[in-house]
Amino acid sequence: MALELKPGTKLRSVVCSTEVIVVRAPADAVDLRCGGRPLATGSVPGVPAFEPEHGFDQGTLLGKRYTDHDKSFELLCTKAGSGSLSLGDVVLQLSGAKPLPASD
Amino acid sequence: MNLCMLLEMAADGAADRVLVGPKPGGLTAAELQRRARNAAARFSSGSAKHVALLDVNSEAVPIALFGAAMAGLPFAPINYRLTDDDLVGIVDRLVPATVVTGRDAVQRIRDREGITIIDRDVLCGVVDVQVAFAAPPAEADPDAVAVMLFTSGTTGPAKAALLRHRHLVAYVIGTVEFMAAHEDEAQLVSVPPYHVAGISTILTSIYGGRRIVYLPTFDAESWVATAAAEHISHAMVVPTMLGRILDVIEVRDTRLPSLSHLSYGGGRMSIELIERAMGLLPHVDFVNAYGLTETSSTVAILGPREHRAAWASSDPTLRARLRSVGVPVPSVEVEIRSADGAVAPVGERGEVYVRGEQVAGEYLGRSLLTEDGWFPTRDAGYFDEGGFLYLDGRLDDVIVRGGENLSPGEIEDALIDHEAVAAACVVGVPDTQWGEVVAAVVVLVADAQASEGQLQSWVRARLRSTKTPEFIDFRAELPYNETGKLLRRVLRDELAEMKEVRQLGAIPRPGQMS
Repeated sequence: MALELKPGTKLRSVVCSTEVIVVRAPADAVDLRCGGRPLATGSVPGVPAFEPEHGFDQGTLLGKRYTDHDKSFELLCTKAGSGSLSLGDVVLQLSGAKPLPASD
Repeated sequence: MNLCMLLEMAADGAADRVLVGPKPGGLTAAELQRRARNAAARFSSGSAKHVALLDVNSEAVPIALFGAAMAGLPFAPINYRLTDDDLVGIVDRLVPATVVTGRDAVQRIRDREGITIIDRDVLCGVVDVQVAFAAPPAEADPDAVAVMLFTSGTTGPAKAALLRHRHLVAYVIGTVEFMAAHEDEAQLVSVPPYHVAGISTILTSIYGGRRIVYLPTFDAESWVATAAAEHISHAMVVPTMLGRILDVIEVRDTRLPSLSHLSYGGGRMSIELIERAMGLLPHVDFVNAYGLTETSSTVAILGPREHRAAWASSDPTLRARLRSVGVPVPSVEVEIRSADGAVAPVGERGEVYVRGEQVAGEYLGRSLLTEDGWFPTRDAGYFDEGGFLYLDGRLDDVIVRGGENLSPGEIEDALIDHEAVAAACVVGVPDTQWGEVVAAVVVLVADAQASEGQLQSWVRARLRSTKTPEFIDFRAELPYNETGKLLRRVLRDELAEMKEVRQLGAIPRPGQMS
């Protein structure tokens, strides 16, 4: 299921506690998943209905940014969980964005 | 996309890290969240539509800021230096409102209708379980107004700039790495809470994991003493503060070894002052930040490496970069547009336009954004070949002499290049023949001498005769407000009056008056 994203869109995992928001949006709709299952945009019932699938169970880290191979978008993890984020079947990587010096 | 989310992340990820106050005994992320929830409960218990703050800096500021966000109410810090009339005018626009204030300011607003007063110390005090706040709604509206800041307009009532949750959150996550600060880092905050940097520093420090240490109000002696005692690593100052801090550092012969990072903004920095700072504090990384209230703070940065490269260079182009505000942050676009609206070529002066998720560009009842989201800043500026942005005053300060547009900044730079001139402000004053003519206020370097005629010849030789000040008023210092803004309009009015008097021949020449 492909999602149309814009900056600020909040997405939730259906397999774990992971939540992300979109920092930089991709040009096109994308098939974003966590734990092998498509991310959801609305609220999710308290207890996840599924387990993370094998190979998509490395977990997410709070406050880290995730991106795809082409760096075509960026997600920020606002709640950590046990599933891995992926674009289709390809697990997302940590974004190596260069930090800015503090300005205020 | 709500301010609560930033504090929630901090409390989830680093519950025990001290984020506000002294290292032993300050508020941890978890404790700050608890107190903010408690504040939210108080704010939601009445019919208030705003949470105002009429106070100096204290830990009540972040508690009230996040408390207001959790209660879904806009947070409106008010300038306590306003006259009673101006203050009451703003408070009356916010009613019904809860006002957080110190005991000293209570009597200024006590009798207003629709005001509930909460004492700062009560708000900061131990959490009262009776008013414990349920967890905030998970889906707070990102489009709600988070912060209202009243601009110091000199004509008409103050304008209320609106920053929505989505703007401020976009700013924080676009420019700061979560909990990337070392546990020993500490940020000294001395800008007042009604300044945009007083708000943004709370958000970026807490999200970045850097402990905030407050000065109630700025004075250079306390700043230096606190920086030493609290092992301050980071601070942001406006240019006028920096000058006074350097004076104290020199007199005390201290070099603040813990200080590693000093950012500055909020007004024009003279090249002499930043060079003096770099010379006195060679271990410090300097950052020039350009931002506006309407852009949720910083949109461009001149970083430490660029400062050092410019300082070490003998190439005038590279050296001049100390005058630059650097390059746009990655999440913001900046364009220079000519008067006809077209994008100006490199090197050409025009109006600075900015666009990005953090750019609000909105006053109460009126958005200034163009259809495609650009905010016209009214700042004049240009880019150099390397993509560095230079500012050249406010467009509203441009002098129109006989149909010719003159930039005060260019004339000020020419004056300041004279070895006897420490500071200069150039304004246009009304003139029956030309519409406006150029006039200047000059502060001389201590013990240096230069006459009006000498400085006029100096400018005429570098620029041209239309840009030469018709007269120059010598003073001991230029007037600034407490957040470092040069009070240009005050000088314009005074010089306009002086010109009239001079034409009547009633007073001696200004050069002899100082």
